[in-house]
Amino acid sequence: MNEVYLNNKFVGKVDEGEAFVENFKDQRRKGLVSKNVNIFYNPEVKEIHIHSVEGRAQRPLIVVKEGKSLLTETHGKQLEDGVLSWSDLVRQGVIEYLDASEEENALVAYDEKNLTEDYTHLEISPMVICGLAATLVPFGNFNQSSRLIIGSKNQKQSIGFYAANYHMRMDMDTNLLHYPQFPIVKTGTHDIFSYEKNPAGQNVVVAIMCYDGYNMEDGVVLNKASIERGMSRSTYYRPTGSVELRYAGGLTDEISVPEKDVKGYRSENDYRFLEEDGIIYPEAKVKEGQVVIGKTSPPRFLSSLDEYKLGAATRRESSIALKHGESGIADFVLLTEGEDGNKLVQVRLRDERIPEIGDKFTSRHGQKGVVGILVPQGDLPFSASGIVPDLIFSPHGIPSRMTISHLIELVGGKVGSLAGRFVDGTIFEGEPEDKLRKELRGLGFREDGTEVFYDGKTGKQLKARIFVGNMYYLRLKHMVANKIHSRARGPVQLLTRQPTEGKAKEGGLRLGEMEKDTFVAHGASLLLKERFDSDKTILPICTKCGLVAVEDRYKNRKYCLVCGDDVEMSYIELSYAFKLLLDEFRSLGIYSQISLKNKY
Amino acid sequence: MKKEHDELINGYQDKLSPKVLDEIRDNVPADVTKERLTRIMEAVYAVYSQAKICPGECVGLVSAESIGEPGTQMVLRTFHFAGVAEMNVTMGLPRLIEIFDGRKLISTPTMEIYFKKQYGKPEQVRKFAVEIKETVMHEVISDSTLDLLEQTIKIKVNEVLIKDLDLSVADVAKLIKSKIKHFSVNIEGNEIELAYTGKTEEMKEIHSVKEKIKEIKVRGLKRIKQVLPVKRGEEYIILTSGSNLKDVLVLEGVDVTRTTSNDIHEIRNTLGIEAARRAIIDEACKVIGAQGLNIDLRHIMLVADTMCMSGAVKGITRYGIVSEKASVLARASFETPLRHLINAALIGEKDKLSSVVENVMVNQPVPLGTGLPGLVTKMK
Repeated sequence: MNEVYLNNKFVGKVDEGEAFVENFKDQRRKGLVSKNVNIFYNPEVKEIHIHSVEGRAQRPLIVVKEGKSLLTETHGKQLEDGVLSWSDLVRQGVIEYLDASEEENALVAYDEKNLTEDYTHLEISPMVICGLAATLVPFGNFNQSSRLIIGSKNQKQSIGFYAANYHMRMDMDTNLLHYPQFPIVKTGTHDIFSYEKNPAGQNVVVAIMCYDGYNMEDGVVLNKASIERGMSRSTYYRPTGSVELRYAGGLTDEISVPEKDVKGYRSENDYRFLEEDGIIYPEAKVKEGQVVIGKTSPPRFLSSLDEYKLGAATRRESSIALKHGESGIADFVLLTEGEDGNKLVQVRLRDERIPEIGDKFTSRHGQKGVVGILVPQGDLPFSASGIVPDLIFSPHGIPSRMTISHLIELVGGKVGSLAGRFVDGTIFEGEPEDKLRKELRGLGFREDGTEVFYDGKTGKQLKARIFVGNMYYLRLKHMVANKIHSRARGPVQLLTRQPTEGKAKEGGLRLGEMEKDTFVAHGASLLLKERFDSDKTILPICTKCGLVAVEDRYKNRKYCLVCGDDVEMSYIELSYAFKLLLDEFRSLGIYSQISLKNKY
Repeated sequence: MKKEHDELINGYQDKLSPKVLDEIRDNVPADVTKERLTRIMEAVYAVYSQAKICPGECVGLVSAESIGEPGTQMVLRTFHFAGVAEMNVTMGLPRLIEIFDGRKLISTPTMEIYFKKQYGKPEQVRKFAVEIKETVMHEVISDSTLDLLEQTIKIKVNEVLIKDLDLSVADVAKLIKSKIKHFSVNIEGNEIELAYTGKTEEMKEIHSVKEKIKEIKVRGLKRIKQVLPVKRGEEYIILTSGSNLKDVLVLEGVDVTRTTSNDIHEIRNTLGIEAARRAIIDEACKVIGAQGLNIDLRHIMLVADTMCMSGAVKGITRYGIVSEKASVLARASFETPLRHLINAALIGEKDKLSSVVENVMVNQPVPLGTGLPGLVTKMK
């Protein structure tokens, strides 16, 4: 006897378990039972589980009977002609959906070639072994799995055509590629998900060779002329916004060009792009420090007497301006109402990003690299037929990473561009390499993809033949323009008087514990002191009690908090952070006395 | 060796260490000419001076970085050989930490027991191995029952196992008798019957005696849990799991000069601090060598010296040598600052700001390298 459970609740018993399950499945395939119901038979404990609840993940598989796929060639033809659709196949019982439990009873072949009597189902395509993103890597079955993952991860960071209505969106930090292309070497996924509607890269001519060391350690060399023709150009969009807030007492913020007597007024030059409404006009070229939205706020503390005396004129400046190192063009202005009914102004800034040294590029195989140099076309190597590569990729990236798909895509891209067709590189089902090679030979090129090249600077023939072809290259969103940062002098933290941290606050780079050790190890002790001078202060110390004394320069008075007015004090230089530490000692009730001695 | 040669070498007495001079004496061929020897001495002196360390060089920090940096590269993967009998010994970073922390209880104590030549035959070694392995009563008894009515304990001895240990049932009975009071012992075949002769009728006591019997040591040395005779080179040695250096060294046939343990504290207690220092160096080198790293021996020697300086083995922890630092600020900057500060405040400790960390804190030049020398003039 087999126990039958419906959604984990016992409902009854049946004698012949296997027959029952088979009968159930047959009825489902005939359409008598919903396709969303699954049945699972566990002969070891004699239990039959039927599941019909929502929330189970199901996946479609082709039904196999007696070692033969139910999906025949006639089906294929009918599908192509549009006579038949997917739901027809499901209705006919050719395709059925299994959930995790029913999969336990199934034996799924991933390839029609491997079908035997034992199999119950056939994968619709072996491609489904991989996730969506992984199948975007052409010829992925030639790679190590880890490279496949890296390759698909890189594609997520690529710049492309992310949305057709980008011009009316206010997305934070978005990039848009200027002339996106559909890849010559494509995979099934590109077709299924209409990649041509949201492409994210360009087909470029890639040569695999070294170029004066400018592409060592994952560098790439770019052709300057290609960039000037518009290769990999993109636009960077960043919205800023400001809300006209209401405060207690009927006071409100005001979006307008600030008056000159406003507290914290910037220079007149900084407000020059503002129109009468206090908002920048579109297509204005703004630089750092210049105001995008002019705004004034009521004074912070109304209770303070001074504020009353001076009247209403003491409004605060609270405009939105470009931060240090930023620049752009005002692209789009949006005037609307915020969630609380307050006036909301958003300004989208645009910046054209031309590829430069330090920008990141990648192929689809986890072979990312950073631009090492932009070379004038005349200095680049050229082939016998006059082809100059757009990009030079270093051969040292290949052996350790073993990304064979990178090489095959290069050949495939070459074939595709010469024959004027797309090449299929779907994982497990792509066009075979030898076929591509033969076709390349038929097109009048060497079948290994190499060509005779000439040095652009000397005109001499290069000693080695160069592996060259077309590849789909992606520009990644990490651009130096967003990351470059330097500081000589700048803001300090209030508490410690040490430099601030991070690019946003124009911060310094910390010389940490281990970096300190390198100075000490070299015995460079005076240099080390100088490095740590960022928070040095001169403090008066009371020679009697050894505590930090007070020097009041306004009242021209010097005194010690313990010993009083008449006291001798000497000045010492130490880090402000240590003064803080001494203060903390005092808060613990520890009397830390500094005893001074003349050094000389 | 000619007299003039001897004089030449002796002339370097205040320039080179006696050990180096001895080495030259031993290794220079007797028929060397005087000029050649002079050149040799000059070359040795040049190399020797190069190895000297300048005043103001911060050897401690360089050692710390030189050990610490390769430490970050240490892999957790250790190499095993399938099918080969081996001991499971902690290696890699955990072991290195254990050594430098000066842990009292190490995770896998082991010994390597070497033998004098005449005792080194395979059978002798195997026999020795069986003898030192700690065997407890419950390993050799097959059954023990408690009769509460009669107040007796019956113990069934596994005769096969006993035979392997070269003992008889009577021997076992004797052992039990020597350890347990208020019981009379009777032997019947392979059964030992213990009858209670005491006054109290505490059931608990009898029961605890039964449990106590199970823990009686039948044979071997304490803490030696496993033994493994192995062939190393031409001779046979014993690897043990568990360490008992004190008791092993007194046994006959053991080569006292080569037998070691990896428990540094045990070495300190049986052989003294110099041996412990050596053990620290050897153990650390073993770990580093196994990882395929290359650290100059002198760095490790410095660490070992520092740990053993006081005569006891002290780890590089806040309880060990760090707690002995002269400067309050330096101690506070390492770990548990509050504790150090409050204790220092209680006794009114003074910080002379004479070391590196304190001076970095107050932003003064550290007394090392360029910060060390000062200019002295007479004021008129």
